[in-house]
Parts: sequence; C-alpha cells; structure tokens
Amino acid sequence: MNASFSPARFLDFSGLDTLIQAIRSAGYRCMGPAIENDALVLRELTGARELPRGMQAEQAPGQFKLTHDAENRYFAWANGPQAIKPYVFAPRESLWQVRRDEKGSLKFESFTPQPEKTALIGVRACDLAALTLQDAHFLEGQYSDSSYAIRRKSLFMVAMQCAEPAATCFCASTGDGPTPQSGYDLSLAELPDGFVVAAGSEPGQKVLSMLDLNEATPEQIQSTKEQGEAAARRQTRSLPARDLRPLLMNNLEHARWDEVAARCLACGNCTAVCPTCFCHAALDEPDAAAGKSLHVRQWDSCFNEGHAYLHGHNVRPDTRTRYRQWLTHKLATWHEQYGRSGCVGCGRCITWCPAGIDLTEEVAAMAKGS
Amino acid sequence: MGANLPASLLVPQPAVIVGRTQESPSIFTMKLCLEDAAAQSAYRHSLGQFNMLYLPGVGEVPISIMSDPDDRQAIGHTIRTVGRVTNRLAELQVGDRIGLRGPFGRGWPMEAMQGRDVVVITGGLGCAPVVAVIHYILRRRGDFGHLTIIQGVKKAEDLIWREQYAQWNTQPDTHVMVAADEGGTLWPWHVGRVTDLFDRISMQPDKAMAVMCGPEGMMVVSAKMLTERGLPEENIFLSMERNMHCAVGHCGHCQFGGSFICKDGPVFSWPQVKGLIAHRGF
Repeated sequence: MNASFSPARFLDFSGLDTLIQAIRSAGYRCMGPAIENDALVLRELTGARELPRGMQAEQAPGQFKLTHDAENRYFAWANGPQAIKPYVFAPRESLWQVRRDEKGSLKFESFTPQPEKTALIGVRACDLAALTLQDAHFLEGQYSDSSYAIRRKSLFMVAMQCAEPAATCFCASTGDGPTPQSGYDLSLAELPDGFVVAAGSEPGQKVLSMLDLNEATPEQIQSTKEQGEAAARRQTRSLPARDLRPLLMNNLEHARWDEVAARCLACGNCTAVCPTCFCHAALDEPDAAAGKSLHVRQWDSCFNEGHAYLHGHNVRPDTRTRYRQWLTHKLATWHEQYGRSGCVGCGRCITWCPAGIDLTEEVAAMAKGS
Repeated sequence: MGANLPASLLVPQPAVIVGRTQESPSIFTMKLCLEDAAAQSAYRHSLGQFNMLYLPGVGEVPISIMSDPDDRQAIGHTIRTVGRVTNRLAELQVGDRIGLRGPFGRGWPMEAMQGRDVVVITGGLGCAPVVAVIHYILRRRGDFGHLTIIQGVKKAEDLIWREQYAQWNTQPDTHVMVAADEGGTLWPWHVGRVTDLFDRISMQPDKAMAVMCGPEGMMVVSAKMLTERGLPEENIFLSMERNMHCAVGHCGHCQFGGSFICKDGPVFSWPQVKGLIAHRGF
C-alpha cells in the first residue's frame, strides 16, 4: 500500500457500486470483466450488478473453462485473454493519410488518437508490470510514441489483488505478482465481506475521497497480505531464474527447438495475448476512388510468415527459428533492451496456445538437457 | 521519457525525383530533393544512415543514403529492384514525387577512420553503403591512409560500376581487388573466391579499419580472416539489413538479438554482432 496517500479504506460489497459510480462521475468510462464467448473480456460497465460475480476460470495449457466460485466472490478469476495492452498499444492505429493535389504534390496529414477517458476495473499485478515494460518500449527509448502516450494518459487503473491464481500463472517466480505493487490509481483486495482499497495516485485519491469509508483495520490489511502470500505459494509453474540469458543463448542449436517446432502451429496466439509483445506492421490502404491512401499500423507477430522477410528471402523461414526468436527475445535478449525479462508470468501464452505449449516446460527441458 | 518523435521522422516529407540513372538492369540511382526548400537545406545525414522512401498506395522501404553528407543539393539512393516497393519505385521518372522520412540509424565511424588504412569489403551485386564510404574517402584522399577495396561476385556480369572499379584502382594509394567465382572473356580480375585476396591486403593491422557490407556468410568469413591477419575485432564494422517498418525502434521487425538494427545500427562493430550472426534465424 502506498504510503504517500491516505491509509487504506474498507469498502463493503454494497459499496462496490458506489465506487464504480464515483469513477464514472469523475469522467471515466468503466471497462470491467464480462463473460463473452465463454471467456472473460473487458466490456463497458455501468454498475456493480453487471459484474460476473461468482465466476471463476479454470486454466490449463490450451484450455480456458468458466466455472463457479463456491465463495461467490467478484474477482475469483486470474485473467482473461486481454487486459491493458489494447488500450495503450491499439491493435490498429492510423498513422497518416496522403493525397495528391492538382499539381501532383503529396499532401500528408497525420492522426492523433482521441481516446475516451477509461477506467479499467480489475487489472492484475502481472498486467501492471507488463504496462511498465510497454512504457519502456514505446515511451522511454530514443523516441516516444505519441499515440501510445495519449492513450496511456487516458487510463485510470483499478487494480485487483489475485487471490486465485490459475494453474498457468507464475507471476511469483517473475517477481510481478500476485499483489499489485505500483502503477495503479486504486488497488483493491477482495476479502470475504468486502474490499480493502488503497489509492496509488492523485486521481485515485480524489475518487477515494468521494466515498465515505472507514479506515481498513490492521486485521483486514493483514488478511490481504496473507491472501497474497497464499496465492503466491499456490502457483505451480515457475521459471528457473529471472535472467535466462546464459541458458537460452548458450543453447541456440539445442534439439528442443526442433521438438517444440514440431508441435507449434506458428499461429501467433501467444504473441497476441502476451501483454508485453510490441511488434506491429505498417501497411498502406489505397483508396483510388478518393485519390488518397491511408498508412496504418496493426499488431504483428514474429510467428507470421512476413515478419522477417528481407528482399527475396526470409530470415526466419521455419517454425523452429520463429519460436526460438520469440522465446529468446522474451526471456533473454529483452534484458539487453529493457534491463529485465519480457515475461511477467501471466501464463496467457500457455492458456491460449491451441497446441498447449508451455514456455515454462520448454525452458525446463532446455535446462535439463544442457 | 524519450524525445517526442520529430514530424520529419514520423510522417514522410514530399520529395521530387531530380535525377535518375540506370546502373544495371536491376539497379538504379535516384536523386531526391525535398519539396520544402528549407527542409532540404536543413537536411543532414551521416554516412551509413538510411531513409524510409514511401510510395503512396504501395508502402515504405528502408534505403541506404548514397550521397555525400556535404552535398546539400540532393539526397541520393541506389536501389536494387527486389521487392514490391522497389519495383514500383523503379518505374518512376525525374519529376515524379514520393515521400521521404529520415535520416535514421547510426552510420560509419568516419572520424575514427581518419588517418588510418581502410579496407572495404563488399559482396554480391554491389553494396551502396560501402560504395558511399569509398566515394567519401576518395573525395578527401589526404585524410585517410591506404585504401583497399575488395569486391566479390558470383559471376563476372554481376559486377556493376565495372569502369568505376578500374578507375578507383588508378587513384593514389588505392588498391582494388575483385574476384568472381565464374570469370569470363576479358575478365581482368581474379577468378576464384574473394577470400583468396586477403593475403594481398596492404595494411598496418593495428592502424587499420575495415568496413563491410554484403551477404552475412561472406562477412563472417571476412571478419575471421581479417582478425587472423592482426586487425583488432573492434576495428571491423559492418552494415546489417533486416525487415523494417517504423525505423524508430518500435515495430520490432529489425530485431537482431537485443539490438534494433534501425536505431542501434545499421552499422555495428564486429564484437556487437559476432555472437549471433553465424546462427541462421536471427
């Protein structure tokens, strides 16, 4: 809990709707968990009654199955396929439009996104850690990306402690969860009779001060702490080290790459659900009738055929080199770029892989054989 | 926070083609001038950097800058027609307009090369990034030591700028060596592997620098042979190529291990790339 803001408060279940209305009255559209197509997604939320209370999700390699929580909690699930990433790094962004004037000169016009102020309800520690990594990539390098920066500023983060990690989760081993440490406006932890709420920013403090809430008791704060520790202990998957550069970069010709390539469909699902993957492709969309062309960028994947295309040949022509590129980048060369691993332990790449490939298992196999 | 992306790097600037030369059936050079006169006179690049050339409705392509950094009149690009965008660029004529973003990337260490012997190694169909280095040195001949130019091609007819190689060989303190795996009638140069020529390089290894561009396999072998002849690894530089869409280190296509070739390169020193370059797939 952040010391620079007022002490944590306690919000009973009946107050959850009041909190949502307070956020809405501060000018934010609320996006919260909802069930759609048998998955947990973020959809616009107008009140607490719309939350999928009592739902839980059982996750395993290649599996996401909705179940019911015996304790009827609001946030007893770990995560769905997407959380923050699409709200900052848009799946599709228009970059510029060009038309020719009557003299044949090119007239360029750039775009500035105008996102609605949005509160994301129930984001997890892994996703906040991933957001820090996306910030490092899009904002803190040599150049800062203005579209990302504008979208980033439009967000209000309502974090939620993970009490029920999925079988695919391993944030404790990457050091990114299950309790949110920073990067939120408000942070909640669900207890049997309500939530402990803390502010982590000025806007969060402002919303919290709109509610008439008692300070959380030391016992309640202690319970959330123990709940986080228990959730960390229950995680069954892990990576053997935070820095896997020596292991992976010294095994670039390991037989395991061929073995995993035989199972991998190169579909790119892992990169689409990964909260830190940042690759995007630029393409031109001509509109001959209107005499103009639109230049856009959209999410790309290092598993796509064209990702490493280079005039007449493909630098990564097969699944083996593509999977190796993904895994070595995520867990090894990311350190050279941003000073840490690119994996936050959310486990989405395991759950949403149609072949059920588990990166923790691939790393373990590599470690065993080397 | 990084600096806000300057408009000239974010969105293309309109440019006019002011000169066009067909160098070979598949290679052409075009000179571009930014339509905004102030932008053209303010344009500065360093040797080895690249621009993104944009053809509306078709797309963008990264192309190395061929012109001299002191030439304020026009921006030169030598382009091989190998893909969708370059094939369409090849159809354009003087007076036609395209878009240009740039310059991007880190170029050759020209200052560090001053006063030293320079070995230029290139392979394949003629490599614009190092040809720009050769032109730069020959225009400032007194600033550099002995110049060795080594070019390898598969077949004799693949060598473009054939007269230029012969002409370079007549320049003071300059030695040109060309090898073709398959020679032909009237082929005046070596028939055989380009690596046969390394024993004939004249350099003071501790005071020399090498610049390379071409097929990666050739550069790996060349770096090995140069270091065996006493050239320190950190004095060997090479220009790398990968797919690029954004040119500012964001789109992820040009990653080579932990490096983004568009912003950390395209010119690297040999120690920066030697660990990965020999592994196919990075």
